[in-house]
Parts: sequence; C-alpha cells; structure tokens
Amino acid sequence: MGMAPDTQTAPRPPAKAPAARATTAGEFVKSVGLRWDTAVGALLVAVFVVGLGTTDGFASGENLAFAFNDIAEIALIALPMTLLVVAGQVDLSVASMLGLGSALTGALWNAGWAFELIVPVVLLVGVAGGLLNGWLVTRVGLPSLAVTIGTLALYRGLASVALGSDAVTDFPQTYASWAVDTTTIPGTFVTYPIALFITLAVATAVLLHSTAFGRSLFAIGAQEEAAYFAGIRVKRFKLILFVVTGVFSAFAGIVFTLRYGSARADNGLGFEMLVIASVLLGGVDFDGGKGTLFGAVAGVLLIGVLKNLLTLNDVPNEVQVIVTGLLLVASVLTPRVIATVIERRHRRATGAAPES
Amino acid sequence: MIIRTAARRRAAATAATACALAVALTACSGTTKDSAEKDTTNAGTAAKADPNAPLKKGLKLAFLPKQINNPYEKIVDEAGIAAAEEYGATGKEVGPSDASASSQVSYINTLIQQRQDAILIAANDPNAVCGPLKQAMKKDIKVVAYDSDTAKDCRQLFINQASSEEIGRSLVQHLGEQIGYQGKIAILSATQNATNQNTWIEFMKDELKLPKYKNMQLVKVAYGDDADQKSFQQTQGLLQAYPDLKGIISPTTVGIAAAARYLGDSSYKGKVVLNGLGTPNQMRKYVKDGTVEQFSLWNPEELGYLGSYAAAALASGQITGAEGEKFKAGKLGEYTIGKDGEIILGEPTVFNKQNIDKFDF
Repeated sequence: MGMAPDTQTAPRPPAKAPAARATTAGEFVKSVGLRWDTAVGALLVAVFVVGLGTTDGFASGENLAFAFNDIAEIALIALPMTLLVVAGQVDLSVASMLGLGSALTGALWNAGWAFELIVPVVLLVGVAGGLLNGWLVTRVGLPSLAVTIGTLALYRGLASVALGSDAVTDFPQTYASWAVDTTTIPGTFVTYPIALFITLAVATAVLLHSTAFGRSLFAIGAQEEAAYFAGIRVKRFKLILFVVTGVFSAFAGIVFTLRYGSARADNGLGFEMLVIASVLLGGVDFDGGKGTLFGAVAGVLLIGVLKNLLTLNDVPNEVQVIVTGLLLVASVLTPRVIATVIERRHRRATGAAPES
Repeated sequence: MIIRTAARRRAAATAATACALAVALTACSGTTKDSAEKDTTNAGTAAKADPNAPLKKGLKLAFLPKQINNPYEKIVDEAGIAAAEEYGATGKEVGPSDASASSQVSYINTLIQQRQDAILIAANDPNAVCGPLKQAMKKDIKVVAYDSDTAKDCRQLFINQASSEEIGRSLVQHLGEQIGYQGKIAILSATQNATNQNTWIEFMKDELKLPKYKNMQLVKVAYGDDADQKSFQQTQGLLQAYPDLKGIISPTTVGIAAAARYLGDSSYKGKVVLNGLGTPNQMRKYVKDGTVEQFSLWNPEELGYLGSYAAAALASGQITGAEGEKFKAGKLGEYTIGKDGEIILGEPTVFNKQNIDKFDF
C-alpha cells in the first residue's frame, strides 16, 4: 500500500515529466468534470430525488431520521478510516473494537458500574486497542492489513470473554433515548448520533484538507519514504491515526449498544467491510495519497440511503448486496479506466514517447 | 532526547488526569444498574375487543423471519401468507440474510413506513427489536411473535409452537405404548445445556414417575450435540452399553435422523423403538422401511396459519391480546389467549406410515 512505489495508473505525473503534460491532462479531467467523489455526491442526490418521487414514506422525517441513524456507527468510524486510507493504511479491527466496546459496556453495567464511568473506560480501551495496532505497524513494522486482521480476531475474542454469550439490555433510559432514531433535534430529522457525526465530519474535513497534518497524510500515502525525508513524522502520525480510529470504534460500540438497547459480543459483526466499502465508494484510493472526506461521507450516505430505499420497495436482500457490490467495483474501476484513457490519448498526442 | 522525555511526561500527565477524572466520576452518584429507572410502560392497547367483528378485508401482513431462506421458517411464512389470501388479506415475507440481532431492526422500520397492518416476527434477539416494535404498536400496527419470542411488552401475542410440557410428556406416552410399558429406555439429546431440550427432558422424567411406567427404566441421557456424526456414534454407544435397550427418545431433528440411520443398517432394526421430534422429509425413508414407526413435530404450516389468523384478528379488533380472549383461526378452530399473550398451537402432530406423504417439509 503506502510502501508501494507510485503506480502507473496514478494520474499524478512523475516528477520528471514536463509541466505541460500535467496541465493538459488536468485540463482534460476538469473539462469532462470527472471527479469520482463529485460523481458519488451527484449519485446520492439522484437516489434521494428518485426516492422522493417514487417511494411513499421515504421522505417522512421519521424515515429519514431512521435511515441516517441506522448508519451512525459506520459513518462515525468512516471518518478516521478515511484518514488512515489516505495515509495508505487500513484498520480491519474496527468492527471488533465496536463489539468489544459494546460487550464491555454490558459487562461493566452488569457489574454495577456507573454509566458515566463506563464511557471513559471503554474509550480508554479503544485507545489501548489503537495503540496496539499502531505499535505493531509503526514500531514492529508490520503491514497494517496483516496486523489488523489479527486484532480483528483478537478484539472479537476479548469481547466474547468479557460478556460470553449473554446479552445485557437494561440500559438507562436517559442515555438510551439519546441514541435512538425517535429522539431528534427538535424540528429536524437529525438524530443526536448523526448531529455528532456532522460536527466531527466538518472537523475531520478541515483537518484533512486545510492543515499541515492533513497534507502530511496525503504525502505519507503517496510516497512514504519521500514524506519521511521531507521531515514528516511518519510513524508518529500513523500511530495517532490508529489510536483515533480505536477510540472512534469503541465509541461507536457505545452508540450501537444504546441504539439497540442490547450489548452483545457479536454486535457489529462484519461492519468493517461496510466502513471500508463506504470509504472506497467515496473515491478514496486504497493505495493511499488520494481522496476527499466529502467523497467518503457521500459514500457512507449513499450506501445508507440506497439500502433504505431498496428495502422500502421490498427489494430482496440478495439484490441489495449485488447493487452495493457493483457500485464498489465501479468506484474502484472507473477512475482507473478514465486515467488509462487519458494517458493513452495523451501518448498518442505526444507521439508515444516512452516514459523516462 | 529532551523532546522525547517531555512527550513521555506529557503522556503520563494525561493518563493521570484521566484516572483522576474517572475516580471523581465514580464518587459522584452516577447512573448505575440499580438506580436506573425501569421501563414500565406497557404497550398493551386499551381498546376493547369486539369478538364479533368480522375480519377486515385488504389487511397487509408482513412476516419477518430470523433469516430469509431459513427452510423451516419459509414453510411457516408461506403457510401464513397463503392463509392471509384465504381471508382476503395480502402477506409478504421480508428479512435479513444474516440472523444477527440488529439486522431485523431496519426491516421493522421500513414495515412501519409501509404502513403494514401487522408484523409477524421470529426475533433474533428479544430486546434489540423492542424499540422499533413498540414504535410500530404506537402507530397501531399489530405485532405478533412466533417461533422465537420477543420481550413480553414488545408484542401483543406470541404463537408458541407447543407447550414444553406437552412435548415432553407426549413423547414418553407414545414410546410407552410402543414398547408395552416394559424395558430400558434412553434419551438422545442435543447439547448438554440446550434450554429447550433440558426442559423437555425434565417433563419426560416427571412423566416416567407415574405408576404406569414402573417397569420402564431410563438408563441414560446421551448428548449428540446436534451433530450428525456424534449423534450416530452416541446411538452406537448406547446399544453397545445396553444391548437389551427397548427404546430411544430423541427430541431433536438431527439426533433422531442420525439414530434412525444407525438403527436402519444394524441388527437392532425393528427391535429397538425410536421416537422423538423429526421432520417428515428427513424421516420418510425410515418410516417407510420400518426402522421408525412414528415420530412427532408441531406442524410449521399450522404455526404460520395460526399466526396469520391471530394477526388478522388483532388488526380487525376481534381481540386485543388480553388473557382469556377467544378467536377463530380458520380450519384450526377456536383458540384462547393464555397468560402473557401466549397462544399455544396445540399438540404436536404424530407422523407415521399412513400420513407422512401428506407432508413436505
């Protein structure tokens, strides 16, 4: 991933390429308007409009509150995941950390702890989990994919140890009603978890796109060694990202627990794929170095709205999975096909001069 | 180096602050399990039942199984949908492809938006589905649980396939008749801590205490873990240990099929009586070749049929879900609502050579 040298598919021109080339290619892209994250945003709007026009009940505030709240945990985790993928890393252990957070919440609640104390403890466990992932990646030097496949199993196992096969259900109403889709910010269909998500999304967007830290992440994802020699503290930054992801995942575990009123060790099983699918769908490049937070958010919302709309129209689950799968393949394939086409045209135009 | 130490010190300070904060929080009176108010709202409707109200036409019923494509629940749901057509309603089956606790929730919400008249649900988690089901009831959508119950205040009715007592006692009664109330018997169960199995076995043991069973002796309860091969080996083991065994009760569909396979190929065929809970399609071969004379199971089609009629009766105002109310369930006749909104389907069906070809599940 991040370690891999620049791939031939990247539209970013090699350092030695003449500047003129870059401008023509860039202008071409601009003239066609083919930016995948914009496309996903447009698709989201289109799906929304189709839903309004065709499906009874889709536009009701209740349904929208539910549809968005239903993806609250995935959306929350998608924020730090976007940063990780931009930096050329990935964390597959997020859903297991969600499960561990949920199981721990249940186990401690059963043990008579105060809910106000359980929350910080669970978040600390998220920090610890993130530190372990980050330490193995940055200090031991293992690839993040391999590390987090391991911790995916580890954290889920710990969740089972914490709570066994029990389900804890009697959470306090005051907190439970905070997370459910029937409690919204008065006058809107925005639930509290989604309001929190919006706030954090804005903060993350600013962080990624308008700060030195954000630019460093793109640099790390594009060319890790170059970033290192440019004076970016690669390992430190990666470690921070893993810790933040751990905390967000553990917190998502609390939200999940309150939303369903049920703490179980198998909560959120398989969610890591939904999170990563949403981020990729939003056009964040799995090779690192490219993508926007807007795209990732649009990806999450698209998956959520599409699922709601298809379910309202009684489309069977199998078909829904196929639709999501096709969208994903398209999201990975389309930008590359476009890049290849541009490059070919460009080569033809410049007389097929061999590279370098 | 200096920066490093400073960073470390900073980290230590942060950790210390976090700990202090945590301690401070415990000291305050936080929200704990004991202090949390219990949710006592009962969703039971206050409306009065009108037992003479006709079943409404054009009702919309939705079946939400634990998991779509579960063959057993497909039979239940299809029978329920067919029943709905009988009284002029429409039914459909929707559901998740994984049997996880939360996946059913999205479906409940969409069913609310679609303004169904009744939701019939086999719950994956009795509590995770509670919130949305209560919301459905608030919007006057009737909720009927079947096969696997939800928490009691999250549905109006629960259609129980058969009472545990009935299952346990009837299996012993049938086997007793078959072996002339004489000889050693054994039980082949699923796992050692399967709740339903153990409840049935308790009732079997209780039934065996009656004087008419004084010449019958339960020698062993074996556990095949609902795994085909292990159940097969356990049957083998039982007959090696007790060559004069007269009967085996296997109250699990996996166990009875494996035991029948062993008996069918052994010299014990026809000498050892096997009874228990099985499905006709699994057991047809053994009933026809004489290995097994009879076995029982509730009829899943009747379960769906009854659920469908109960939901319609609720939606038409014939019943409200209170104990003692009665309603007619088509060809199955009249049913009475029991304690906690439970309706028991009835005695398990006994399958034998005469009737087995009428069933396909």
